[in-house]
Amino acid sequence: MEPILTVRELSVTFPDNNGGLEALGSASFEICPQEFVCLLGPSGSGKSTLLRVLAGLLRPTGGDFVFAGGQPKIGMVFQQANLMPWRTALENITLPLELENVPPDERRARALELIELVGLTGFEDARPRDLSGGMAQRVAIARALIHDPDLLLLDEPFGSLDALTRERMWSELSRIWQARRKTVLMVTHSIGEALFLADRVLVLSQRPGRIKLDLAVDLPRPRTDEVRYTAHFGRLARKLKEAIE
Amino acid sequence: MNLNPFRLSPQTLRRSRPWAVLLSLAAALLTWELVSRFSGLPSFILPAPEQVAVRFWRALNEDNLLLHTAVTLSEILLGLLTGTLAAVGLGYAVAKSRTFERLAAPYLVASQAIPVVAIAPLLVIWFGPGMFSKVLICALIVFFPVLVNTVVGVRAVPRALHDLMRSLRATRGQIIRLLEVPAALPVLLGGLRIGATLSVIGAVVGELVGADRGLGFLINTARGLYDTALVFVAVFTLIALALALYGLVAGLEKKFLSWQESHE
Ligand SMILES: Nc1ncnc2c1ncn2[C@@H]1O[C@H](COP(=O)(O)OP(=O)(O)OP(=O)(O)O)[C@@H](O)[C@H]1O
Ligand SMILES: [Mg+2]
Repeated sequence: MEPILTVRELSVTFPDNNGGLEALGSASFEICPQEFVCLLGPSGSGKSTLLRVLAGLLRPTGGDFVFAGGQPKIGMVFQQANLMPWRTALENITLPLELENVPPDERRARALELIELVGLTGFEDARPRDLSGGMAQRVAIARALIHDPDLLLLDEPFGSLDALTRERMWSELSRIWQARRKTVLMVTHSIGEALFLADRVLVLSQRPGRIKLDLAVDLPRPRTDEVRYTAHFGRLARKLKEAIE
Repeated sequence: MNLNPFRLSPQTLRRSRPWAVLLSLAAALLTWELVSRFSGLPSFILPAPEQVAVRFWRALNEDNLLLHTAVTLSEILLGLLTGTLAAVGLGYAVAKSRTFERLAAPYLVASQAIPVVAIAPLLVIWFGPGMFSKVLICALIVFFPVLVNTVVGVRAVPRALHDLMRSLRATRGQIIRLLEVPAALPVLLGGLRIGATLSVIGAVVGELVGADRGLGFLINTARGLYDTALVFVAVFTLIALALALYGLVAGLEKKFLSWQESHE
């Protein structure tokens, strides 16, 4: 299949006092349409930096990347929830639709659907300061989904959730991804999470990050809890673990 | 962070109980009454409270107090409005553009050093004793604090929220309307609160220097006639104006900033 995203020798160097800090060193990979790709790597290996470049928030210092079919509509979940404190949970979720001038009634209806999906019913009118870290992150996830983006860039979206909610969000994300056929690039620190969700896992090396391993996850779908206890899952997990260390 | 516990602020107002305010007002009135009665000071130096009250009534009917008040109030409001608009516009440009900041900074620093009160006579000479010169003085005096607060407020908008808006392909206008204005509003209204108080001073200074109407003009006339009770009337009216204006800004803060209530 034709890749929807081609990344060629992408590098990012941040200016600093001694010659620049190389955050990302020559990363090359492709992503096919509707593929679910997870990005693993040690802290500081440039994962967030890579997502920021792809979202158009940061200009790379070297290499380039192209989206087939032009700039896609992006839904992004940042490492922090990034909510607007003056807006309620519901108003935060509807923001992307507001930017697309969707009428208020429709905005509200679609937000309420997502609020139920992420399990925040009853907190529609809560302000961010009254939400726990995990709840705020769920608002951010709903906000990233509401405008039906083509490409989801997720930076450790489930990092601050409790284990139970996290696993529920995994199944929901799988479901949404399969139903709406989106392309997903998701940063995670959890090997289990990556293997449960992804078609492919990319592993970044220590800073400056390069793609150290590109692993196809050929576990059958839909994946359930059971898959985690299979021998193949264990083999894949070991490969990832070795690559990270 | 403000360490002055007596600063005029919504918190200070909320802390003060109505009965306590009434009680202290009554005590002040009583003291004033006693001093004016037993000190033997002539009433052109210290008029008694009831004389001021009577004078107030007469001023309403004979001295066009309402007209003078309306004139001063319009000067204040127009000056506040133009000064704020100019300061917010320029402040936004300074906050967003380093180049513009470098170009404008010397003038801004210099303008802050000019004592507006001292150049008020000049402005009245140039622009006449009418309303325009007063509006200008108000606007100038309001300009700097609002500008500074605009710059601080706009600069403090979290970069992460800018990233969010850009990842969603928000337009310039949408970023201003949906991110920068609401995020900078607390600091901006803080500047407006200072500006509101200053604009009263600006208008009165302008009128004292040269005017043919307004509360400052009334004070000047009354002083010339040793009508001290009328001076008192004008001063109290000014205090009432300043408090009303302050209340207006506090009301705006309450309306727009309820989301950060618990942070105060
Ligand atoms: N705006 C910036 N200016 C300077 N240095 C930066 C900037 N952003 C990131 N860096 C540096 O680039 C390196 C990579 O950062 P990045 O946030 O991409 O890592 P990460 O892989 O996402 O790490 P983590 O897993 O901890 O989130 C780090 O050393 C970081 O300090
Ligand atoms: Mg990161």
